[in-house]
Amino acid sequence: MVEVTLWGSLAATTGGNSKVEIEAKDIRELFRKLAEQYPGLEPWIEKGIAVAIDGTIYRDTWSKKLPAGAEIFLLPRLAGG
Amino acid sequence: MNFDPRYSARNFASVGTRPIRPDGVDKVTGRARYGADFNMAGQLVGRVLRSPHAHARIAKIDISKAEKLAGVKAVITAADLPDLTDGDAAMYDVLDNCMARTKALYDGHAVAAVAAIDARTARQALKLIEIEYELLPHVTDVDEAAKHTAPLINDAIFTEGLEEKPVKPSNVTKRSQFGHGDVHQGFGHADFIVERSFKTEQTHQGYIEPHACVANFSSDGTADLWVCTQGHFVYRQHCAQLLGMEASKLRVTSSEIGGGFGGKTHVWAEPVALALSRKAGRPVKLVMTRDEVFRASGPTSATSIDVKIGARKDGTITAAEATLRYSCGPYAGSWAEIGAMTAFACYKLDNVKTVGYEVLVNRPKTAAYRAPSAPMAAFAVESAVDELAKKIGMDPVDFRIKNAAQEGTRSSYGPVYGPIGIGPTLEAVKSHPHMKAPLGPNQGRGMACGFWFNFGGQTCTDLNIGMDGSVSLAVGTVDVGGSRASLSLVAAEELGIDYSQVKAIVADTSSLGYNDMTDGSRGTFSSSMATISAARNAIKILRERAAQMWDIAVDDVVWEKGHAIAKGEKHGNLGKLSLKEIAVESGKTGGPIAGHSELVADGAGVSFATHICDIEVDPDTGAARVIRYTVVQDAGKAVHPTYVEGQYQGGAAQGIGWALNEEYIYGKDGRLQNAGFLDYRIPVCSDLPMIDTQILEIPNPNHPYGVRGVGETSIVPPLAAIANAVSNAAGVRMTHIPMSPPRILAAIEAARA
Repeated sequence: MVEVTLWGSLAATTGGNSKVEIEAKDIRELFRKLAEQYPGLEPWIEKGIAVAIDGTIYRDTWSKKLPAGAEIFLLPRLAGG
Repeated sequence: MNFDPRYSARNFASVGTRPIRPDGVDKVTGRARYGADFNMAGQLVGRVLRSPHAHARIAKIDISKAEKLAGVKAVITAADLPDLTDGDAAMYDVLDNCMARTKALYDGHAVAAVAAIDARTARQALKLIEIEYELLPHVTDVDEAAKHTAPLINDAIFTEGLEEKPVKPSNVTKRSQFGHGDVHQGFGHADFIVERSFKTEQTHQGYIEPHACVANFSSDGTADLWVCTQGHFVYRQHCAQLLGMEASKLRVTSSEIGGGFGGKTHVWAEPVALALSRKAGRPVKLVMTRDEVFRASGPTSATSIDVKIGARKDGTITAAEATLRYSCGPYAGSWAEIGAMTAFACYKLDNVKTVGYEVLVNRPKTAAYRAPSAPMAAFAVESAVDELAKKIGMDPVDFRIKNAAQEGTRSSYGPVYGPIGIGPTLEAVKSHPHMKAPLGPNQGRGMACGFWFNFGGQTCTDLNIGMDGSVSLAVGTVDVGGSRASLSLVAAEELGIDYSQVKAIVADTSSLGYNDMTDGSRGTFSSSMATISAARNAIKILRERAAQMWDIAVDDVVWEKGHAIAKGEKHGNLGKLSLKEIAVESGKTGGPIAGHSELVADGAGVSFATHICDIEVDPDTGAARVIRYTVVQDAGKAVHPTYVEGQYQGGAAQGIGWALNEEYIYGKDGRLQNAGFLDYRIPVCSDLPMIDTQILEIPNPNHPYGVRGVGETSIVPPLAAIANAVSNAAGVRMTHIPMSPPRILAAIEAARA
């Protein structure tokens, strides 16, 4: 079980909760279960969400493991110039 | 990803040296081929007709007269680029921006295009296209556009991110919020508070090379595109989608690039050139004029930002809050969101709140510009931070050091930081001789910090070893700042050979797997990781071949300093085999030797910089001149220090232009008044001092050599550093960028009054 923190704008899709608990071993499973439990999140995942694991931002590595006790933070998937 | 990217300390032989770049000779002799330098037999000239109106409904387009003109081979409108985006709203916006469909949304919006046998005929044809416009009220100012009374640009847009779903459409497309703690409580604990509003005007990336491409659509449905871009694989995806092609049928070759800075991450003219070529049945060359580049290709946002910061007498910040409004052009974007995330990222804050509003205006579609959105937010925040330090009576560097984020700090945008470099850049600035240098009359010194995320992304690289032992490196990230030299150094480092034995090229889209574009400071970070992986795969094969040549087990062969070495006493009489010796025999040991890599390079690591600037202000004219400028930035590991310094200097130079001169100026009619380098003035060499740099190397734990991206962060602090310097020199707080002479003079005179 990992605790996932959502950025401000995303909390509306989880009934106002900025933190949710999910049983997931990697980012792929995290997104799948988030979409199952909070259907409002699915369009955001489709558009692109980045996952910060202990401060390091992952945009595309959906196989990245979610270590027990790690800080998991969802962020907008940004691009640079 | 079957590659371990973790950092491990090592002594470098090639990385960190400064050899001459492989593309240098061609660039200084004029032989290098840029977007407009490619030509094909039978090529036509493409030209685009653009709306002169800021906002107008397109009632009717009649192209019949243009089509009948001798020498005209194709005329296209939106009807020739039908909507194939299948509900992808972002791509629909790209399509509509390439060719207006029902409405012209800004001065310069493309409405039709022609392909003709020469430029004169093409220009004549444009004049023969008849368009009936129904003029609509327009709005170009970000604050005006955000008002309920503003003309609506898209009545199908309702603000996202509000607690209650809005019932009326709005030019504000999205609200986003970040932060933690309780700012109201935090301000209650403050002894001093600074609260100010700031504005920044819209600027262009100002790349010297205009957008240019040659498209050649074959009658068999395949096509070639030669183009100046930051990402030819992305251009292929977008063009193929917009033209209804399979991506593999479109081969895109990237030319040399005369600057992009984020502005060449979007397709503009390329789908139009392809559609013209498809209709004409001949190659079409389309080169934007400078006027078109300004009017119709990606400027950055104009912004309006309110900042409030409170601190105790001891200099501890107790709360920080910002509201940021960013213009997006006429299409939805996430520019304010990025500004809201980056605004306070340098600081350790218990109570912080940022709110971003994306605002539609009748201006060109906003595009990324080097650490997009961060410089404007940093300008507002770092100006207020400086003012607060002054109010408390603290040195501005000490005040920032006291409040700087560090490992374990919860960032203002959410996650807790790992190892970061803001503290070391501040300490380096504090002890830098620049900070102690005396100032003359009317001179002022300013400093400021900046943050950028940095990104990685999908990356694919091939490393081929020739039978003579030379190495070809094919990468898919466009070289915007010397990456072919850096990546050659990395290949040489891994293989243990000399830099001169490696030749790096940027491969076309049919020769290599998909690569994300060169943006987010990712070129050297990502492609060096892929190059290391490819080289290690090649070394595995080199060891196998050496084992064959010696007839021993591969596990008994190690690779050291460019040679296979048989380990263990039983092989003691075997000499070394060089890479070249193994390559020469490759035909007899299994054929070509190559290493391939495909990976997602995540974990780029956030980046920080601190800049120092000395300014002299003429109190009679308001003219400001940069006297001295120093950049201190963390590079993780500088692969080729000269090009790292070049990135630092380039970002600072662009920031100086943005801070002092550059500005889109619109008339009341909504038309751009200064679409050229004479009236939109970017800094030239004579405007700038030599920009000093100091590279810090705090290894990125997520790269084998510790590399971080360096391309963008350097443009984040300049607006603020220069504003602080001008404010100190003129004795009045500057709150509006650019600080052009009239604005500085008005501020001085207002203060005197």
